[in-house]
Amino acid sequence: MSFILRRLGFYAVAAWVALTVNFFIPRAVPGNAVDAIMAKFPNLQPSAYKALEALLGIGHPGSLWHQYVTYLDDVVHLNFGIDSLEYPAKVSTLLAETIPWTLALVGTATVIAFFLGTTLGILSGWRHGGWLDRVLPGLMFFQATPYFFLALILIDLLAVHTHVLPIGQGYANGLIPGWNWPFISSAVFHSLLPAFTIVITSVAGWMLQMRNVMITTIGEDYVVAAQAKGLSSRRVVFTYAARNALLPQIQGFGLALGFVVSGALIMESVFSYPGIGLLLLNAVSASDYPLMQAIFLVITFAVLLANLICDLVLVFADPRVRAGEAS
Amino acid sequence: MTAAPLVVVRPAQLMGAPQRAGRWRRLPTKAKVGAILLGIFVLVAIIGPLFVPYDPSYANPAPSLSLHPPDAAHLLGTTVSGQDVFSQLIVGIRLTLELAVLVGVVATALSVIVGVSAAFLGGLWDDLLSLTSNVFLVIPQLPLLILLLGYLPQKGQVATILVLSFLGWPWGARVIRAQTLAIRRRDFVAASRETGESTWRIIAFDIVPNEVSLIAANFVNTVLYAIGASVALAFIGLANLNSWSLGTILYWAESQEALQLGAWWWFIPPGLAVALIGTGLVLLNTGIDEIGNPRLRDANNAIKINGHRQRPADPTPVWQVLAEPRPGRLGAFVHSFSRTSLLDRAQLDRAQLDGAGASRSKGGE
Repeated sequence: MSFILRRLGFYAVAAWVALTVNFFIPRAVPGNAVDAIMAKFPNLQPSAYKALEALLGIGHPGSLWHQYVTYLDDVVHLNFGIDSLEYPAKVSTLLAETIPWTLALVGTATVIAFFLGTTLGILSGWRHGGWLDRVLPGLMFFQATPYFFLALILIDLLAVHTHVLPIGQGYANGLIPGWNWPFISSAVFHSLLPAFTIVITSVAGWMLQMRNVMITTIGEDYVVAAQAKGLSSRRVVFTYAARNALLPQIQGFGLALGFVVSGALIMESVFSYPGIGLLLLNAVSASDYPLMQAIFLVITFAVLLANLICDLVLVFADPRVRAGEAS
Repeated sequence: MTAAPLVVVRPAQLMGAPQRAGRWRRLPTKAKVGAILLGIFVLVAIIGPLFVPYDPSYANPAPSLSLHPPDAAHLLGTTVSGQDVFSQLIVGIRLTLELAVLVGVVATALSVIVGVSAAFLGGLWDDLLSLTSNVFLVIPQLPLLILLLGYLPQKGQVATILVLSFLGWPWGARVIRAQTLAIRRRDFVAASRETGESTWRIIAFDIVPNEVSLIAANFVNTVLYAIGASVALAFIGLANLNSWSLGTILYWAESQEALQLGAWWWFIPPGLAVALIGTGLVLLNTGIDEIGNPRLRDANNAIKINGHRQRPADPTPVWQVLAEPRPGRLGAFVHSFSRTSLLDRAQLDRAQLDGAGASRSKGGE
């Protein structure tokens, strides 16, 4: 229990740091959304400056402390201001539209990659030096390839030249999003290529880590003892070695997640996938600061939440954590 | 009965094997391949720009040179505005590597400083520094990088280097802190302290030299991170788009629709260069791991007994396991794809037990 409390405290600190960094970046760096709009429309009168500030809610009235409190209050109420990219839309509305897409795509693909990579890692760790080890350098190549580049290649091969899969977008043109079969099947069909990209680039990382821990674990005395007892190989591999090698893997999942999500964000732009990554990149190219900030917070909180879930899983999986030995 | 293979396990060296001149041949194959791959790119980065055939920014107005496929005059073809892709690539490799190495140096230095001082100061400082590095580890990097660079008025090389270094140190700091704590407890450090050496001297001559392989691995990792992040940032336009790095080439290729125009020579070479540099770094790092951890070492010094490869760090094999009948090479290869290949030994065990009259149900696991 104390472990969970300690982790909760840590994530609270991390969330607070993210919020505070997010608060201070715009105030520490020159340039803001109003400047961006003024630059975009040179025929605006200088007097429009104050009006725009008030309109977008990014003027900085009051003391710094007052601003900070107001800012925290806004975040708690999911009030991220008004978007300047698609002007009258609220930032929170835009987020609500795009988050489900990213969550479904990146979430599913990451879970698939994790289980696939872990299973392959168990096998290649057990058969150390076997054929799986020989394909490892090939997988490392995919690991080192930027997500977006692999996405470009796959689009070129599978969509532009052979028309097997759609080039991009979340669903076919002319469909109205809703819970009906044509839309869902179209969405799934369109997500195949992006999901495949995520799986193929991230599977090697999981596999490599699991393999290395497996190899170390297999040398442990209790595994040798299990073999000496005459237990079946399957039992030794899965119940003795992999069971314990899985713990660092779970711990690493949370940390690696931020990395995977980052890669997936940029990949979305290549596929024009209507998720939060595409929104972020549009915000970047339009210098839409309130949107960028809100997306940063959303992604950070999602990753923190995923980390917390990993910790909870770890509590169930690792009796040492329950006993309070490991930190 | 054959004799069990002689198991020679060298004690896992804390700092990895010292790299002496004649040791190249003993390096793991992965490290060799990685080093050669990287060496080629470093060489291209250093001397390549001397031999660049064209100015990478020069847009040749001749209409026949727009999107010209590769030929003798333009080894990698031209862009839509008639620029030479080969020249861009050479210059881009240099700029990207330059940035990555600088970030690697700065961020690794920060890691060492933070990690060692956290371990040595202890108490509140340690808690504070560890907390900071853990917090920055858990906050996803790329969105924060995008936010920071998005706000900066100038998005040049220096800004990218600073921002990447500023966010690149936490992982290394954590690893180095743990290692420093472990080394600090060892006898030779205690001995130095007893002889009255100052803390600085202990850090500089006892601690840091023992962490060289760790610091090297950390440097390689940071360079990998810097390449990935800088290319990704440039690809979405957060870089000086008038300079030629691998990321900006990809940015222009993407924004000028190289894919839709079928100009593969425009976007494949820079992406492939990134992937190959990255592969070289990953291979090098895996190789460094194998030097430090004898169990991970490849089958270099494995011996074959009865057709079974045995590595020094393997548990002593049992005779019955080794005597298991083996199908031919191709058959074994095909068989190894199947999940049941894991059960081979189990079936053998069971047969043995049944033969001995052991009361073990057939389906029971």
